[in-house]
Amino acid sequence: MSKQAQHWEKTRGLLMVTLAIWFVFSIGIFLFGAEMNEVTGPFGYPLTYWFTCQGSLGIFVILIFWFANRQEKIDEEFGFSERGDD
Amino acid sequence: MIKGNFIDNLPKVYGIYTGGFLAFIIIMAIAEQMGMSAKAIGICFVAFTVAIYAIIGYLSRTAQADAYYVAGRQVPTVFNGMATAADWMSGASFVAMAGGIYFKGYGYMALLVGWTGGYVLVASLLAPYLRKFGCYTVPDFIGTRYGGNLARLLAVIVLTVASFTYVTAQINATGTIASVALDIPFQYAVYVGLVSILLCSMLGGMRGVTWTQVAQYIVLIIAYLLPVFWISNKIGAGFFPHFMLADEVSRIAELEAQFGFVKNSAENLKEVPKGLAGITKAHSAVNATPWAFISLALAMMMGTASLPHVMMRYFTTPSVKAARKSVGWSLFFIFLLYSSAPMLATLSKLALIDPTLPTGIIGKSVSQVQAIDWYQNWNQANLMFISDFNGNGTVELNEFFMGGKAVVLATPEIAGLPYVISGLVAAGGMAAAMSTADGLILAIANALSHDLYYKIIDPKAETAKRLVVARVLLVVIGFAGATIAAMEIQGILGSVIWAFDFAMSGLFFPLVLGVWWKRANREGAIAGMALGLISGAGYLIWVRNGGSGFLGITQLTFGIFGSAVSLVSMVVVSLITAEPNAATQKMVDEVRVPSGKSILGKQH
Repeated sequence: MSKQAQHWEKTRGLLMVTLAIWFVFSIGIFLFGAEMNEVTGPFGYPLTYWFTCQGSLGIFVILIFWFANRQEKIDEEFGFSERGDD
Repeated sequence: MIKGNFIDNLPKVYGIYTGGFLAFIIIMAIAEQMGMSAKAIGICFVAFTVAIYAIIGYLSRTAQADAYYVAGRQVPTVFNGMATAADWMSGASFVAMAGGIYFKGYGYMALLVGWTGGYVLVASLLAPYLRKFGCYTVPDFIGTRYGGNLARLLAVIVLTVASFTYVTAQINATGTIASVALDIPFQYAVYVGLVSILLCSMLGGMRGVTWTQVAQYIVLIIAYLLPVFWISNKIGAGFFPHFMLADEVSRIAELEAQFGFVKNSAENLKEVPKGLAGITKAHSAVNATPWAFISLALAMMMGTASLPHVMMRYFTTPSVKAARKSVGWSLFFIFLLYSSAPMLATLSKLALIDPTLPTGIIGKSVSQVQAIDWYQNWNQANLMFISDFNGNGTVELNEFFMGGKAVVLATPEIAGLPYVISGLVAAGGMAAAMSTADGLILAIANALSHDLYYKIIDPKAETAKRLVVARVLLVVIGFAGATIAAMEIQGILGSVIWAFDFAMSGLFFPLVLGVWWKRANREGAIAGMALGLISGAGYLIWVRNGGSGFLGITQLTFGIFGSAVSLVSMVVVSLITAEPNAATQKMVDEVRVPSGKSILGKQH
């Protein structure tokens, strides 16, 4: 397999993991919104309420930075990283 | 004071700017103590901030295509994040969101999840690849990846429909704020708003818009957070509201149980002025079906990843790597405001309905409430209303009505904050609406000037001529938007949500599959864009005219139907027609690798 094909395979793998996490916190947990809201979440808020105000939102922020770092590592591994910095 | 390259000095420049703005707020506070009138304070806040934006817009003037379309591709990640956050958070986010949460609770909070979760799709599926492509506009990508003028033209059409729906709402919002702050009729205020918007973008294009958006973000975030923290401290709810309002949330649930949600008769509701609503939904309980919540969140997420004015912000970063990081910063800056909106809704509701607080009005006598200063002010502005339906002389939960905007605009006054805060909030709302309107008008004008005029009509046009066309279009589109805004056809929030649905119906899959599916070809993309947009718009018209809809898809989520049609038709048509030629396939391979030259040259 060419270097490029390997790079793309890893990139696609990372995409799948990222989208899976995204799916859980944007869609998955809200299938059980009513049940989850009975539980007390962080800072004492009802759990589903907390996810809609802070939890899911914060997880998305962290997820994007994590994704960006992982992707950079993949690019470096195959020598596809850009020179210069941001 | 400032030496050397502007880009290297950005933290210093905006640091001084932020300090100056805070000093301005303090000066206004002192002026208020010395007897400056509320009206004069409002005018000062709006005029001062708009003047600063206009100066930045003038200083960023340019005659180069690269600077006009993509700010010279040298905007650092953090600053691009701030600019995107301002670009993104519109009058709807700033003025209407806390109100929506206040009235509708959980069902509405799908928008919080949807308008943030979409950035994960932007970062992972699209932004870095479109940045590598080196395009000036979103249709530029569609036109080059799929080839042919028809694909490019369709992308321009989808972009224009979505962005134009969105921009009229924003010009409407600038008009509303300008008319209140400057005390002029709305029909004229709309054009005052428009001129302010054009001052930022006309001379400098994307470069001007970038640096004004950063300035606007700083104003709007201060204007949103300062009152939330202040109110929270003032009513003794905790010094850091985000972590400390659990007691208040459960207290509201307790009061809701105590008062009960009494349903008003249709007869009684006729008395209530149009646009005002009462509290009829639980604050923190789950009051929507999973599908109602998820479908709205999903539509907003896919719409986020298809809206051109957001995507084009990531064309301005110096590299692909920077584009990815910049999405993270954008969402961080958006998070600061979005996570505060539910807190503001909580504080506002508690302040109004808790009988044990001095500001609470439920349980007081009707004549007592009618004598309160702020009640009279906001009643006059048609944003508050009480009526004694059951004739017992006291205000009940079901007898108090408020406009959605009042949660952000009136809460500082209700909680007894000085007027200077209300002036600040007006400036913040103006900044939010202006920055989004700028991004949208520029997106439409750039697509029409670059993709329609330069790429399709006159490919030999010189840079100077192209930029003249771009600026003329900017003004024309602005005036068209303002004229429609002045007619006041739809509410702010409804048309914003429609814009997302239009964008995802026509553009989501053609964009995503353009990168992720090599087999996608021109015929497929054309079918996907055309059928997606037509079926989405058709569904909307059908439901608006009394159609029953299906699968629980409403007029707010019609994009789910449109994009499903788009996906199916794009895949089917692509598979039954010939695969893309070798050159196109090679192009897709190159897009997938961050290093190396961009597909389109620096000047194209």
